[in-house]
Amino acid sequence: MDTRRRTIGELYPASEKQAERIATPGGHALSDLTLENVLEGKLTAEDVGIRPDTLQLQAEVSRATGRGPLAENFERGAELVDVPQQDLFETYEMLRPGRAQNKAELLELADRYRTKHNAPHIAALIEDAAETYERRNLYRKRF
Amino acid sequence: MTDPAPGNRWKRYDVWDDRPLHFDGFAADSAEDGFHATNSPSDPSPSLVMANGRVVEMDGVPEDRFDMIDAFIARYHIDPEIAAEAMALESEEFARRLVDVNVERSELVRLARGMTPAKLCEVLDGMNTLELSFAQTKLRARKVPGNQAHVTNAKDDPVQMAADAATAAVMGFDEVETTMRVARNSWSNALACLIGASVGKPGTLFQCACEEAEELKLGMAGLTSYAETVSVYGTEGSFVDGDDTPWSKAFLIAAYSSRGIKTRCTSGGGAELLMGFHDTKSLLYLEARCLCVQRGIGVQGTQNGGIDGAPVTASMMGGMREILAENVLAALLDLECASGNDTRISESEIRVGAKIMPHLMSGTDLLCSGFGSIPAYDNSFAASLFNGEEIEDFLTVQRDFELDGGIRHVPEDQVMSIRRRAVLALEAVYRDLGLAELSNRQKDSVVLASGSDDTDTFTLNEIGVISEAISRRGITLLDVVAALGRSGFEEVARDLLRLLRYRVSGDYLQTAAVIRDDSVVSAVNQPNDYRGPRTGYRLSEKRRGEIADIRGILTKEEIFELAERHAASERRRYHMEPVGTAHAGRREGEVVIAISPAFGLKLHQTTSGLYLSRVLKALLEGIGEGDGVGRVVRAWHTADTSFLGLTAARLSASGIGIGIQAKGTAVIHSADDYPHMNLELFSQAPITTLDHYRRMGRNAACYARGERPEPVTIPYRGEALGARFHVQTSLIYALETGMLEENAEPEELRVTFLGH
Repeated sequence: MDTRRRTIGELYPASEKQAERIATPGGHALSDLTLENVLEGKLTAEDVGIRPDTLQLQAEVSRATGRGPLAENFERGAELVDVPQQDLFETYEMLRPGRAQNKAELLELADRYRTKHNAPHIAALIEDAAETYERRNLYRKRF
Repeated sequence: MTDPAPGNRWKRYDVWDDRPLHFDGFAADSAEDGFHATNSPSDPSPSLVMANGRVVEMDGVPEDRFDMIDAFIARYHIDPEIAAEAMALESEEFARRLVDVNVERSELVRLARGMTPAKLCEVLDGMNTLELSFAQTKLRARKVPGNQAHVTNAKDDPVQMAADAATAAVMGFDEVETTMRVARNSWSNALACLIGASVGKPGTLFQCACEEAEELKLGMAGLTSYAETVSVYGTEGSFVDGDDTPWSKAFLIAAYSSRGIKTRCTSGGGAELLMGFHDTKSLLYLEARCLCVQRGIGVQGTQNGGIDGAPVTASMMGGMREILAENVLAALLDLECASGNDTRISESEIRVGAKIMPHLMSGTDLLCSGFGSIPAYDNSFAASLFNGEEIEDFLTVQRDFELDGGIRHVPEDQVMSIRRRAVLALEAVYRDLGLAELSNRQKDSVVLASGSDDTDTFTLNEIGVISEAISRRGITLLDVVAALGRSGFEEVARDLLRLLRYRVSGDYLQTAAVIRDDSVVSAVNQPNDYRGPRTGYRLSEKRRGEIADIRGILTKEEIFELAERHAASERRRYHMEPVGTAHAGRREGEVVIAISPAFGLKLHQTTSGLYLSRVLKALLEGIGEGDGVGRVVRAWHTADTSFLGLTAARLSASGIGIGIQAKGTAVIHSADDYPHMNLELFSQAPITTLDHYRRMGRNAACYARGERPEPVTIPYRGEALGARFHVQTSLIYALETGMLEENAEPEELRVTFLGH
């Protein structure tokens, strides 16, 4: 869908203006979010979340309102939707100062995101960190 | 050469020493020690050199010497397409545009994208407090301001948490933030606040501040809807000491986004100083670095403005102005600003009230982050700037200045009913999910409790068991919704489900998003469009009515109703019969008392609560004790104390009269003096006693005999009598003046006191 000619008022709030483009991670439409469906067990914990395409849609809204970095964050977020929770914690831990012992460890992590998770933006962020951490001696042992 | 003092102490210092202000500590400017609110001698001058679209020098530092914060800002914040134009603009000119109603917000935030931290500081350094507050009015991201509440308690009691979250929500807070005393109780806290907040007002966003991984888990379970404790620091030393880097934080923010959770970062002046890594820079400069990092991370907003460092910031010259500048800077960088005001920066209530004013005047996206909706002792974050005890003070300031601080007064019966509903909803969920049973005594004590001192509830260990069960069993928002739905709380269940709609659609991830009236309201669909008088956010009639409606508003009807009730008992104390037009007296030692038109007819008590029969009796008895002869007349042509007194004096054989109004203001007047040149005056009716009236009568009799008695004075201790009584007094006086008859002659009264 070509959104370039649509005004912000036509894009947002997406739950009202683009409801047909939005689904839960479990594949349910917004209109399926009913108490009856919860009681019948049709909605599950998996549905408490957001899909990558929805984050992309919000990134479009952010970019259209002049908020480039916010859009980039949503794009990074979109790449992390399918990354298991435990992996997220481990990656976050690795990016903290002194966890990775050298640049190679972070570059390897970045590579995993690029290849395994198809997450080029996240990979680039980690690679950039790897570079700066080396220059600023942030691989030094902390505990 | 100074004159030698007669002693070692000016006693005013004792008075000053006893004031709460004297618990506050203050610091002198010292860049070396990190004490410089703004404009430290070691702050760099702005500079930016680009080469091939890349920043090669920023604020005097060449690229190869960038610390990690410089590197991150250069890479992720500085917009290369705008930098040249923005940096070339004179800081003074840009500051002028910030307060120019003819320059749009969008143009200002566009230029800020190309400015370095030192440049942004140079701009704000040229602005005074008023200009900063005004700039915030223009720069706030969302059109409608809002507010956030702290909801915690000293027992980590989830039952009280549910009731208090409901209370905060119904008062109008857009967001509720909790935390706990014991870390493992985060799950029971979160679940209780989730339910309570939704009972109070559907769409209230909710967070639980705890350890990063735990907080993300809570969010993923849908038990919380946002997070704001993602800390950012302004020096490399403190950032590393805080165990993070801009990259780790950027990853964490993206991880939150990937789960559909709204986030904001947090930073604030004084944090680096408290952590021991201030690099001798000013607080504002370090905060500018924090905020540029945050914009670079791509987080939608920030909680900034001192925060935990607010008290040390406020100890410095210009500290509170610096905090204001921090918030303006956040807005200028197009971030949602939850503007601190969440720490008790002083023991002085005057400093607390002053602190909030520039923020309240401008309005911010979330005025406090948050406001202590619970008593100060129950605040697990430490006391907030305003606490449960002071909510009515805050509501009154909103009303005084017609400002919107985001909250309203809720009538007592309504609050109690909502608190009870929240407790019952929590009980239903606990029962349905087999988590715990609540006793009646427990529930009742919580519904009525002001704070945890008043509750009879779970022990910390019992709460730990509940919390661990919620975590272990992986209970999610949907389990809570189902439990509510099965237990007769379908409406609350549906309200909670609507929150899921915003999660799934990502609508509340956009800048400054809150939920109002079941719709998302953010900087995207309701951007701040302030362009001068009569533009931007203005109070609607409905909102104005909410702000106007505080407790303790006196109405004419109430005052008259009260007066009517006293009328019956007063009729049994004395009789007043008109016996024709009053004439000049002839008896020696006569003192005439002239009463006002409504005295004893429509009004029956003075403002100090004395029955008018007793007051009149005391005056007459006093005259008798002074060997005078009293006579009572009613004036119809005036209700003014002085003219009542003069009227009485002119009718009196001795030339001395007493004038008294129904509210109790009384005067002794002489027939020879000009009006208002009275002999004695009781202007402070609210603190005047029967004994005073009796002594006034006695003195009047003395004047009548030509003596000079010691005047009676009312012991006044500085009470704000106007504040206490002027509403009542004005309404009463209007009643008196409403009964006036032009040119009517005073009427002689026969007064008989009965036994009662």
